[in-house]
Amino acid sequence: MIFKTFLKRLFPRSFDEQIYNLTPKELIIRKSSNHGGFKFGLFLLTVIFLFAIFGPVILDVSPYEQDLTKRLLPPVWKEGGTWEYIFGTDGNGRDYFARILYGTRISLTIGFGAACVGMIIGVTLGVCAGYFGGWVDQIVSYLLTCQLALPGLLLAMTIVFLIGPSITVVIFVIGATHWAFFLVVSRSATQKIKNLDYVTAASAIGASKFQIIMKDIIPNTVSQIIVIFTLEVGIAILNEASLSFLGVGIQPPTPSWGLLIAEGKEAIFFQPWLIILPGIALFTLVVSINMLGDGLRDVSDPNNKVSEE
Amino acid sequence: MLKFIAGRLIVVLSVGLTLSIVTFFLLNYVIDPAQAIAGEDALFEEIEQIREQYGFDRSITVRYFEWFTGIFQGDLGESYYWNKPVISLLVDRAPETITLALMSVSVTILISIPLGIMAALNPNSLIDRMALGIAVTAQAVPNFWLGLIMILIFALAFPIFPVSGDKTLFHFVLPSIVLGASSVPAVMRLMRTGLLDVINADYIRTARSSGFYGWRLIFNHALRNALLPVVSVLAVQLGNKFGGSVITESVFAINGLGRLALESILGADIPTVQILVFVFAIIFLFFNLLADILNAYLDPRLRL
Repeated sequence: MIFKTFLKRLFPRSFDEQIYNLTPKELIIRKSSNHGGFKFGLFLLTVIFLFAIFGPVILDVSPYEQDLTKRLLPPVWKEGGTWEYIFGTDGNGRDYFARILYGTRISLTIGFGAACVGMIIGVTLGVCAGYFGGWVDQIVSYLLTCQLALPGLLLAMTIVFLIGPSITVVIFVIGATHWAFFLVVSRSATQKIKNLDYVTAASAIGASKFQIIMKDIIPNTVSQIIVIFTLEVGIAILNEASLSFLGVGIQPPTPSWGLLIAEGKEAIFFQPWLIILPGIALFTLVVSINMLGDGLRDVSDPNNKVSEE
Repeated sequence: MLKFIAGRLIVVLSVGLTLSIVTFFLLNYVIDPAQAIAGEDALFEEIEQIREQYGFDRSITVRYFEWFTGIFQGDLGESYYWNKPVISLLVDRAPETITLALMSVSVTILISIPLGIMAALNPNSLIDRMALGIAVTAQAVPNFWLGLIMILIFALAFPIFPVSGDKTLFHFVLPSIVLGASSVPAVMRLMRTGLLDVINADYIRTARSSGFYGWRLIFNHALRNALLPVVSVLAVQLGNKFGGSVITESVFAINGLGRLALESILGADIPTVQILVFVFAIIFLFFNLLADILNAYLDPRLRL
């Protein structure tokens, strides 16, 4: 027995099955380093982020500069492609690589912005409904039913287009139509937390309701809300792309990926890369975000055992 | 059961009423309809003239009641853009969207249910991983892009299906695959977890110990209970398809309600848009009600 404890102190990693000795923080690090999808998603997303932030700084390319003598050049791996235009050029002779590069910034801005707006609305309503219960809960549930029944995309299309499409309007409208998930999750989390002893203790020493919500409840719902936030970023990015594709979102010449695909649609037969490339960019970004979100859910769930591998 | 249905019906009706108010005020108050018709750089006098001509200068509550009572008399308003009553537009365009919605839900069923069953019967196997991969992919692929890629492969590179249009049922095959694929992940995951839960239940162990095995056990005992939640989600998904038809219909040039919605938005045709938003919301509510009733019918515990 003594020998075993001694060994364990020397080589803690060789006793992986004894996870009881780990602090919650160590456990989460252990779980996430064992979760393949989480690692892959995080890696891919970091690469895309660095690309979006530093790409335009390092590479001297412009997404708006037109050169009508160089229209519809093929990408470098096709016959006739040059390294000057890695992804070729579009119908107006603009560098397609530069347009996709700048499009990354737009997608990320709108994805994170819209998810933030949705989170603020959803979490506020959800925490209030969960904490106060009673008629507040009834009203919030009613609001939720209304939100779910409204055709979100159609309403977003109408409002964005008729107010006047700009990045800010797109962010707020997509955010305002996507808060249902945040509400449901924060409501049920709050309902569980508010009956725990430490919340009772906080109110016993005289903490106000506002203090309890801000200091005791919201910090403990964070892990669940981050998961929803990640998934909503992916949904918002796809929504923005759909709006822009239909011509009721971001307007030309801004290089939004959805818009690039809409513009490439005219040349679908002879220049298919014009729709394939921005689509792959969109797919890669959303897949990495979704994998990160799924991974976060597995990692932050205390009932989920340490990965089998 | 009747009491249950009546309770649900009251909720649906009150939500429908609220939504009619929300839609009307959003589209007539947040957006200025006269401005929308006149265009962005119209003169002030022109906007005023349009406001008078269409009666936008009256109070918004009066216009709301006029609009709302009109709906019950079959008068859905007059479209400025198409110069037709909105009701005739709806009647013209609805069959395409209904066909598309029904066919795409069939695609969802055909893909997700067998895949979910296979995945649940062999957890953590190759087929389970593949099913998960399909779900992750389908969740991240933008719908309109999938449509274009389908056209590129199955209509242009290998001309099996027509590129676009809505003349025959054959034209609807690609669009319904695209629209159906979007609900595959949700339904498949539900099928998989549902069946996994049921397989580990006590009564299945009892059935197994009394000599049932293989497909007979799955079909006669397990599947019936595992399908309960799937059926209601499918009903909800069918309701979603109407609102979701906007993108697919414009990619494949199908003259249905979704394309009508897009064209009306681009033409700033508020009467048509507000009716469409309201109709899609009502369809969604109706299928939700249907799902609730189906669930209560199939599972007596829910009727309490």
